[in-house]
Amino acid sequence: MTTNPAIELRGISKAFGPVQANSDINLRVERGTIHGIIGENGAGKSTLMSILYGFYKADAGEILIGGQPVAIPDSQAAIRAGIGMVFQHFKLVQNFTVLENVVLGAEDGALLRPSLAKARKLLADLARDYELEVDPDEVIEELSVGHQQRVEILKALYRQADILILDEPTGVLTPAEADHLFRILRGLKEQGKTVVLITHKLREIMEITDAVSVMRRGEMVATVTTAETSPEQLAELMVGRKVLLRVDKTPAVPGRTVLEVENLRVSDADGVERVKGISFSIRAGEILGIAGVAGNGQSQLLEVLGGISPATGTVRVNGDAIDLSGRHSNGQTRRARGIAHVPEDRQHLGLIMDFMAWENVIFGYHNDPAYQKNRLIMDNAGIVREAQAKMKRFDVRPPIPTLQAKSFSGGNQQKIVLARELERAPDLLLVGQPTRGVDIGAIEFIHQRLIELRDAGKAVLLVSVELDEILSLSDRIAVMFDGRIMGERDPAATNERELGLLMAGIAGEGAAA
Amino acid sequence: MGFYADLLQILDSTLRLSTPLLFACLAGLFSERAGIFDIGLEGKMLIAAMASGAVAALTGTVWMGLGAGILASLCLAAIHGVASITFRGNQLISGVALNFLASGITVLVAQRLFGQGGRTPALSGDARFGEIVLPLTETLRPVPVIGPFYADVISGHALLVYVALLCVPLTWWVLFGTRFGLRLRAVGENPGAVDTAGVSVIRMRYTAVLITGILCGFAGAYMATALQAGFGKEMTAGRGYIALAALIFAKWRPWAALWACLLFGFFQALALRPDVVENVLTVKVPVPALDALPYVLTVLVLAGFVGKAIPPRAGGEAYVKER
Repeated sequence: MTTNPAIELRGISKAFGPVQANSDINLRVERGTIHGIIGENGAGKSTLMSILYGFYKADAGEILIGGQPVAIPDSQAAIRAGIGMVFQHFKLVQNFTVLENVVLGAEDGALLRPSLAKARKLLADLARDYELEVDPDEVIEELSVGHQQRVEILKALYRQADILILDEPTGVLTPAEADHLFRILRGLKEQGKTVVLITHKLREIMEITDAVSVMRRGEMVATVTTAETSPEQLAELMVGRKVLLRVDKTPAVPGRTVLEVENLRVSDADGVERVKGISFSIRAGEILGIAGVAGNGQSQLLEVLGGISPATGTVRVNGDAIDLSGRHSNGQTRRARGIAHVPEDRQHLGLIMDFMAWENVIFGYHNDPAYQKNRLIMDNAGIVREAQAKMKRFDVRPPIPTLQAKSFSGGNQQKIVLARELERAPDLLLVGQPTRGVDIGAIEFIHQRLIELRDAGKAVLLVSVELDEILSLSDRIAVMFDGRIMGERDPAATNERELGLLMAGIAGEGAAA
Repeated sequence: MGFYADLLQILDSTLRLSTPLLFACLAGLFSERAGIFDIGLEGKMLIAAMASGAVAALTGTVWMGLGAGILASLCLAAIHGVASITFRGNQLISGVALNFLASGITVLVAQRLFGQGGRTPALSGDARFGEIVLPLTETLRPVPVIGPFYADVISGHALLVYVALLCVPLTWWVLFGTRFGLRLRAVGENPGAVDTAGVSVIRMRYTAVLITGILCGFAGAYMATALQAGFGKEMTAGRGYIALAALIFAKWRPWAALWACLLFGFFQALALRPDVVENVLTVKVPVPALDALPYVLTVLVLAGFVGKAIPPRAGGEAYVKER
């Protein structure tokens, strides 16, 4: 119709107190394209999109939709302007049906029945046109994450969105689900819709977008045509310096067996079995990566080995069985046995957010005689000095031990946890989602530390939902699905497709019992 | 027929005693389904009872009393709303504080107005809700079993008893058949979903809290102008808490709320007739044990013995926009 861009932002600025989240952002998203927005955590991507969806009001600047200046004071206005948003954390009512969720807020009248009937018809059409099949009468909590995401897309399309914004849409999907999502997005593009994809995954940007805008520290640093750029160039634009995307490592030199797990079974508080009899071992000087979609028992495995929850079966560390009943063990006794734990959920299990960094740097080791002045009083001054040295070595920014844990960024919080666990040179390191919510620059640093630990002859159990991370760090890969190990693979001899099938529960050869 | 007569009498009081519970329980249902916990049902009932008793006594018209009761209850509901929705305060603390406020202010005002030791004067005539005799009562009375049941249990109650019963299907329809109900339930489960759908969370929650105020107004007015003839100090006697217990027992569902309130009302009726209980069970059951039954049952439900009671997921949490 016209050559007007679907979205045009002019000079958008937004500050939260002293923090300038967006400064003077200009952006042009052409109609009928898939436009990527990439940047590190805290670069201001989500703030920008929240302004576009009426969650925040910009301090300055102008928004043009289809060439027309619009004011977007709330989500209702954004919807009217034809903008639909799929949030990273879905905004669905868990115990409502698909139909009810789609209709919510876009009902036709005071009575529900006619709205629901109309939505049912429309949903059938959308499902056919865009491969968005989903049972309209199913309750959300019964749906897989991939299907829940489809419901979010359906919600936007039901509201006749022309512009669809997706915030980190593949973080929770299996590779197969992600492929399906990309097919849907391409279908939407063919129908003339505009898609804005916010992500930190360079591979996705390269695979699906037409153009990509890079944000760094609240500024829009570049917009480039995807076909004319490379992952290396994008990474450099994001971070502001050259980044090593591949992890440099030498082949593993495995030694004696450090961890042996036999027939481990874990049930959760509701009595549901989450780990269903798994067995594996890790030797000194190797990293075993556990791949899998979140929620398939990996978290429970880490918690059991870390001494947080009880289990049945046998676990031997350096040849000696450890207590799994939970009656004679906890995180502290595990650490005394040389098992360090970097938990998946660092804000709840890894740190006490209101406590200062120096306190967090010794938790779990706080009974160490080295930290005591005498029987009653701890040697706080000494601990602070030591904490500061550790924080410097782990490049925690700022390296101020008296700041509360919550005042550090996600990456720096993770470095505090790593400083605590790695400096003790444990025999076995349990590490869950080491780089979740961590900037590219910090990811590089964390990966190097894990490789160093391995090269120092330690055993590492790495649990991650990031397949790239598993593939680049692991010496062996085990895939968990539904509480079982679906199979073990050599990272050099496998690929994402094969692992993806295992992650979806489709067994290949060599499935471990 | 002595036993049947006793039973009818107990069922008759069951219905009368269940009515304030039912109003309060449905009141709590609207609020909690919208994600606002309301421990202040008791206080709202109490202040409504005082206001309706006082105004009915002063004007001689029960309708003025009812209106005043609803207004007074609405005032407390509005405070609860401002504290917990606008200022994102702790909903339990706000509710408890309002209960204390109601407990003190009712006696204070009643004493200043009437000087009768914190009571309001006894109501009579038009200042009270009279008993309504339903049609066909006398025609049906001779029919065995059903006749006396209709005449003694179903018929002969104050108007508000029937209003309360009608509120059950009405609440069910509003909740599950209307746009308002869909949004109300959604806002108690996931306010983020409502907000991103372009509907105001704040407005939905205020509406729910005000409906709670109105229904508690009915409950309190019924206490002072129908069940009793005037307001007395602490006359609600924990009914707000029993209603909350009934709400949990009913797992936040309207029809189940009716049965729960009737059951708890039945216990209260039994407590008034320990002689009948003793005759039936052949052992003497202490009245406090009967009084405690609703709470015991609620604890059993909460402990998961009678199915699982899952409260609205966003209950008790103020809504803060997040990305």
